[in-house]
Amino acid sequence: MSEYKYIGKPVKRHDGVEKVTGQASYTGDLKMSGMLYAKMKTSEYAHAKILKVDTSEAEKLPGVRAVIDGRHGFAKLGIYMQDRSVIAMDKVRYHGEVVAAVAADDLETAERAIELIKVEYEPLPIIQDVREAVKPDAPLIHPDLGSYSHTVGVFFPKAGTNVANHMKLRRGNVEEGFAKSDVILENTFTQSQIFHIPLETHVTIVQWGAGDNIKIWCSGQSPFSVRDLFSIAFGVPRNNIEVNILYVGGGFGAKAGIHLEPLVGLLSKAAGGRPVKLVPTREEECSTLPCRQGLFARIKTGCSAEGRILAEEVELLWDAGAYADYGVNIGRASATSGCGPYEIENIKIDSLTVYTNHVFGTAYRGFGHPEVFFAVERQRDLMAAKLGMDPTEFRLKNLLYPGSRTVTGELITENTGRPDKCLKRVAEMIGLHNHYTDAEKAEMKRTGKYRGKAAAVLQKAPAMPTWAASSALVQMNEDGTVRISVSGVDYGQGTYTVLQQIAAERLNLPIEKISINKSVSTPISPYDWQTVASRMTVICGMAVADACDDLKEQILEMAAVVLRASKHEIAFGEGDVYVMQNPQYRVGFNKIAIGYVYENGNAVGGPLIGRGKAIAQGLTNLDPETGQGKAALDWTYGAHAAEIEVDTETGDIEVLQFASCIDVGQVMNEELMRGQIVGGVLQGLGCAKSEYVSHDASGRLLTRNFTDYKIPTFKDMPKKMMVDAVETPQLDGPYGARGCGEHPLISVTSVMANALANAVGVQFFDLPLSADRVYRRIQAGNSGPKLS
Amino acid sequence: MNRQRIRLKVNGQAYDTLCSENATLLTLLREDLGLTGTKEGCGAGECGACTVILNGRPVNSCMVLALECQDSEVRTIEGETVNGGLSDLQKAFIEHNALQCGFCTPGMIMSARALLDKNPSPTREDICEALEGNLCRCTGYEPIIAAVLSAAGGEVNE
Repeated sequence: MSEYKYIGKPVKRHDGVEKVTGQASYTGDLKMSGMLYAKMKTSEYAHAKILKVDTSEAEKLPGVRAVIDGRHGFAKLGIYMQDRSVIAMDKVRYHGEVVAAVAADDLETAERAIELIKVEYEPLPIIQDVREAVKPDAPLIHPDLGSYSHTVGVFFPKAGTNVANHMKLRRGNVEEGFAKSDVILENTFTQSQIFHIPLETHVTIVQWGAGDNIKIWCSGQSPFSVRDLFSIAFGVPRNNIEVNILYVGGGFGAKAGIHLEPLVGLLSKAAGGRPVKLVPTREEECSTLPCRQGLFARIKTGCSAEGRILAEEVELLWDAGAYADYGVNIGRASATSGCGPYEIENIKIDSLTVYTNHVFGTAYRGFGHPEVFFAVERQRDLMAAKLGMDPTEFRLKNLLYPGSRTVTGELITENTGRPDKCLKRVAEMIGLHNHYTDAEKAEMKRTGKYRGKAAAVLQKAPAMPTWAASSALVQMNEDGTVRISVSGVDYGQGTYTVLQQIAAERLNLPIEKISINKSVSTPISPYDWQTVASRMTVICGMAVADACDDLKEQILEMAAVVLRASKHEIAFGEGDVYVMQNPQYRVGFNKIAIGYVYENGNAVGGPLIGRGKAIAQGLTNLDPETGQGKAALDWTYGAHAAEIEVDTETGDIEVLQFASCIDVGQVMNEELMRGQIVGGVLQGLGCAKSEYVSHDASGRLLTRNFTDYKIPTFKDMPKKMMVDAVETPQLDGPYGARGCGEHPLISVTSVMANALANAVGVQFFDLPLSADRVYRRIQAGNSGPKLS
Repeated sequence: MNRQRIRLKVNGQAYDTLCSENATLLTLLREDLGLTGTKEGCGAGECGACTVILNGRPVNSCMVLALECQDSEVRTIEGETVNGGLSDLQKAFIEHNALQCGFCTPGMIMSARALLDKNPSPTREDICEALEGNLCRCTGYEPIIAAVLSAAGGEVNE
């Protein structure tokens, strides 16, 4: 794609110097005059009535400036459904839920005050299994579910049950499809909740000043959503609320929506308007802040003898935990990928977001897709085996191609992206087969280390309201350089660098002359919905391109006056404009950036500010009964393949090679793309091999630190990592680009479990594939090591 | 809480100050000396984000009591930059895109610095061994290895 000067070129990330020197400022690095320090009192029970909260002793402690509990936290929060209290009021619904909070002169005093708060509980029956939660006689976790505000027409809470949302998808007639099928296979797949583990926790500072002037500094992904949801919760006008985002130490979805801002705000208000800082500990980050939802999935698939999928029935029971304000949309959005990127005529999908007494779930990189694809892509390999077909051939036979319809009825076109090309590419990259030579087999037998290969496809579209929009400002500085302002947050994924590249390309201006505001402040930054859903490069990118076009139009208008020419007679140089026919007549951007001054002092024009906006085209709400409609701004498809080696003596799995290929439409910055893919794949390998959220029988969280909850280290990397891209341009994306921030994490678990099955014949229907579990299953002689 | 006098050198600068007797080195650096480049990721010695070099050895500063550092020499990320210029490691981290959110980066660089001080030509395995206690959730580690290898003048096979 050499026609571009900056798109697809190796441009270094914008934030490198500040981050390698320790000079990058994160919310936790801020200190303010009069600042107080907060601490939370959390529930010891997974489900209990709160009989009494006694804060009297805490209030007496010198240095304590504010103590609040459920009596103060009247407001309900939530992005899609307002089901979450700022502080537990009448009851607690998970172990770790906030029941009271303190602000004091220093952290030690706040900690001592928390210990002085006495809470009396009356334990209630708990639910930990979604299959129990959906039974008609199950205890209700939210008896008032029917009264909760939610996005009507998009979400469908079932009053009098534990089902926060029931998403239905119907195409064709599954019964007929199964009747026609020669082979039918039904399996269930179980996955626990997962922690995001951003290295920086949800650090929050709020000053709720007199006149309801509210200033928030938070480690968040979504400044405007924090402002909106804060405003809705407390009835304070948006103009009174200022949300500031500095550098953010990782998000992965955990910091989308609204979190501790209301709690800390109430503390500040109670402390007479002093700024209050809350830095959650790692343990609190695990036990009080939200996680990724768990999933129980049942899939029934019907195929013809030739390997065409004729019908599929999918039931998804999401373990939303105690609250589902965000989770309802994960259940909805992931159902639109409920059968993967396959063309299937007859489909029935039911996706239920179910309350339990676990930590509550929220957005997590991939938004339900990594969980669904574990089930779907395991099922594909299992079905291929049952049919006696090669799994790649089986997939290629059933994938979506131009002319196919998705599960929501959306037509696939030539511009949609190609899962088949990605799959073929990764198969090539690792040399996908399981026919090892006799010498290799002998070596495996000798060492007890058995190898296996597998592949899987993936897909995802941004999951967001139909109206989710971005805007951008592109302002010219006095010297003709340009600064971009957006409200998407770059927490390391590289968005801002890509936006700089888009502006450089659009304005034909050297990239060094383009800066981007590195922090967001809602009073001055242009609106953006949220930094989620792999939507920044696409939608925020289009907004920046639009703003550049607007700026160019203004430059032309000024140049027409100064150069005494018509706009169509003027062309753009690098940092200047000139008369096409007579290029000696030119004017630099620096001469017109803030207005042009004639020799006699007359001035015209004024500071140049380009403004741009973008919103997804043509999205619809989905039909409540059939789920049909247009759900996707853009589908990013991809595939992974891996070769693993299983040590049958220890159960340990080593990844010998891992290949990833995504149809990104247009590679904007190869190094940044590779960064997303390599990082996302390893995060996925964590889900595959070690990460597991565990509770005891009374619902207490057992995994609350890095000893009990293991994320990948240097020693868990694949021995060889290969990355490639397919480029089927997305015509409404900037320069043809699609997002790829979440996709690398999808289908990693399925590839790993499929490869494990091929290596040693052990079929896993749940995760993780940790050494102890793998070893035990091999020992149990499930089917014994098998080599093809 | 009782406050006690502590004297130590940080990045070659002498400090003589008071700190709580239960304060960690991390708290002393961040809260009392205003050196916020060092980050806290877990407070339990499990993530390495707070790594600094104490008398030549990399330590999790969240696990060291400040008062144990009496008369010690501490090096933090702020000391990695010399006369406003980036060190070889810092340049290599940028060159190889060895950072994303940046929160683990200061600790990662200090662990790598301690390794290079001891072993100027580490292998890939040496790097994995030395940096295993530093968690990164963003990069997948691969570019960090490349950065350290390249700063050590080694061959980088990406």
